[in-house]
Amino acid sequence: MSLEFKNIVKRVDSETHIYATDLKIEDGGFNILLGTTLSGKTTLLHLMAGLDKPTSGELWFNGKNVTGVPAQKRNVSMVHQQFINYPNFTVFENIASPLRISRMPSPEINSRVQKVSELLKLTPLLQRNPSELSGGQQQRTALARALVKDADLVLLDEPLANLDFKLREELRDELPRIFGDRHCTVVYATSEPSEALLLGGHTATLHEGRVTQFGETSKIYRHPKDLQSAKVFSDPPINSAKIEKQGGTFTLNEAISWPVLEKHNTMRDGTYTVGIRPHHISTLAGSENMTSIKGKVVTTEFSGSESTVHFGVGDQTWVSQSRGIHPIEIGATTDFYLDISRCLYFDTNNELVSL
Amino acid sequence: MSRKTTNQKAWLFVLPVVVLVAFNALIPLMTVVNYSVQETFGNNVFFFEGVKWFEEVLHSERFHASLLRQLTFTSIILIIEIPLGVAIALTMPRKGPWVSVCLVLMALPLLIPWNVVGAMWNIFALPDIGLLGKTLNSMGFDYDYTQQPLSAWFTVILMDVWHWTSLVVLLAYAGVSSIPEAYYQAAKIDGASSWAIIRYIELPKMKRVLTIAILLRFMDSFMIYTEPFVLTGGGPGNTTTFLSIDLVKIALGQFDLGPAAAMSLIYFMIILLLCWLFYTLMMKDEEK
Repeated sequence: MSLEFKNIVKRVDSETHIYATDLKIEDGGFNILLGTTLSGKTTLLHLMAGLDKPTSGELWFNGKNVTGVPAQKRNVSMVHQQFINYPNFTVFENIASPLRISRMPSPEINSRVQKVSELLKLTPLLQRNPSELSGGQQQRTALARALVKDADLVLLDEPLANLDFKLREELRDELPRIFGDRHCTVVYATSEPSEALLLGGHTATLHEGRVTQFGETSKIYRHPKDLQSAKVFSDPPINSAKIEKQGGTFTLNEAISWPVLEKHNTMRDGTYTVGIRPHHISTLAGSENMTSIKGKVVTTEFSGSESTVHFGVGDQTWVSQSRGIHPIEIGATTDFYLDISRCLYFDTNNELVSL
Repeated sequence: MSRKTTNQKAWLFVLPVVVLVAFNALIPLMTVVNYSVQETFGNNVFFFEGVKWFEEVLHSERFHASLLRQLTFTSIILIIEIPLGVAIALTMPRKGPWVSVCLVLMALPLLIPWNVVGAMWNIFALPDIGLLGKTLNSMGFDYDYTQQPLSAWFTVILMDVWHWTSLVVLLAYAGVSSIPEAYYQAAKIDGASSWAIIRYIELPKMKRVLTIAILLRFMDSFMIYTEPFVLTGGGPGNTTTFLSIDLVKIALGQFDLGPAAAMSLIYFMIILLLCWLFYTLMMKDEEK
């Protein structure tokens, strides 16, 4: 099973929504489109579904050119961010609706709906109307409708975004099980890096209409191809600053510098951009690879088990995230500990320096 | 006890509303109730008659005929205006520069005062010089709303449809344009036909606004007075004398205050009852 974008461009009027994109999703399975709002996730999904036609380029699915094929002839299904169900159908009829349209015989519809509603824990709710369901149950119904017709391609457009926290976690944990033994390609759009990491599979990072990187989720998290991909795949955003490598020292400014580790020895002297994720900067002194830097505290946020501190470095604001609650006075200048072994270095083209 | 006395202050704040409602609704209504149970002579001489007028009105053939005419008229315009309004709303563009053009065009008839509408159609439909009347006659139809009951009914209904379908259109359009785009995408992916989209997505989603549209059109058409009065004056004969026209004839034409007052109250009760019935029937599913 494969889905391939060949040099696809999507323009609406004079605005380019998707710049020339080549993307090949090979072996089916779970694929994630990760990007902020307006990065082009939904446009890509619409192109895959056949709801939109690309301005130029071709879309190939399972070895066939499907560029002009309308949605209803593609055997795709889609789940939206809003809970979309037929308002005056019962849950059963909602799930059965795609099968009814394809004129499947009733006994088979029954058995299919039963099976998929068991998988999604909807069996006791089959006779209810969507308006009598909670948001989570409504979205389960929409998911069931997407699964029941055994589509080759299942598209999920931020399906958990409108759910409250508890229901979102619950359904997210179930997703791998729900799609586990299905032979379909799943494309899941999300704006949350943590969601991408939890779901695994493959991830494409998107920024302003361009796919910046595509690969195994954990790999591209650890080795972003460039600064932009790293920014997309980090929440809070990755900290970055220009630094100078000179011999055995990286220098950020007069006050902040740290030694070059052995694995970075091959880098030439010159100007780079350093990227470091917030949870690799701590307010607590730690292991050997930590370098202390001074910063002026701007704001602090405490969640149950984490302290997030925004602090000034030169003319920028960086973010540090550490375990535990560590009250720090706002305005104070304090020590932050940087795990320099986790630093990512990008060259002047903003591409990751390969090691 | 002391707590109670301090609470009396609240009456001060309610007072304006009480005064307003009293002068606006209660006192006029009670005057009508007063007339409805008494025989009125000149020089402010009254005799108490109990429910005599109510019995008289309820048994009068004239009232039955007006009520039947009224119900027929209201049913016909509801049957025409609601589906027509929905159909127009569904064909209106959802985005682009034409949206505002369509909305303004739709709103135009609603901006014209009722008696002007009546006068316009009165001239428009004249069989000898009116555009509509002349055209119909030259096409071979024997049309004269001042002489033939059928022509009169046709004109009154056409006028109401012209004047008020827009209201249904605007309400239905508001309902249909609040449906998220994703519903249409989901239906497209399912391969649903355009009739299925109307039947299973758009109509159910419009249910609330359509309920309001039906209620408004029902009430307004049941109380219609000005337009047919200006157009036909209730004629020819009594054929377009609806309840309100009949009421005015009795009250001001014949000065039978007792029967007119009783009829007003019965009329009021009918509207109240029918609205309540409509509303409960249409909202029955919602309450589940």
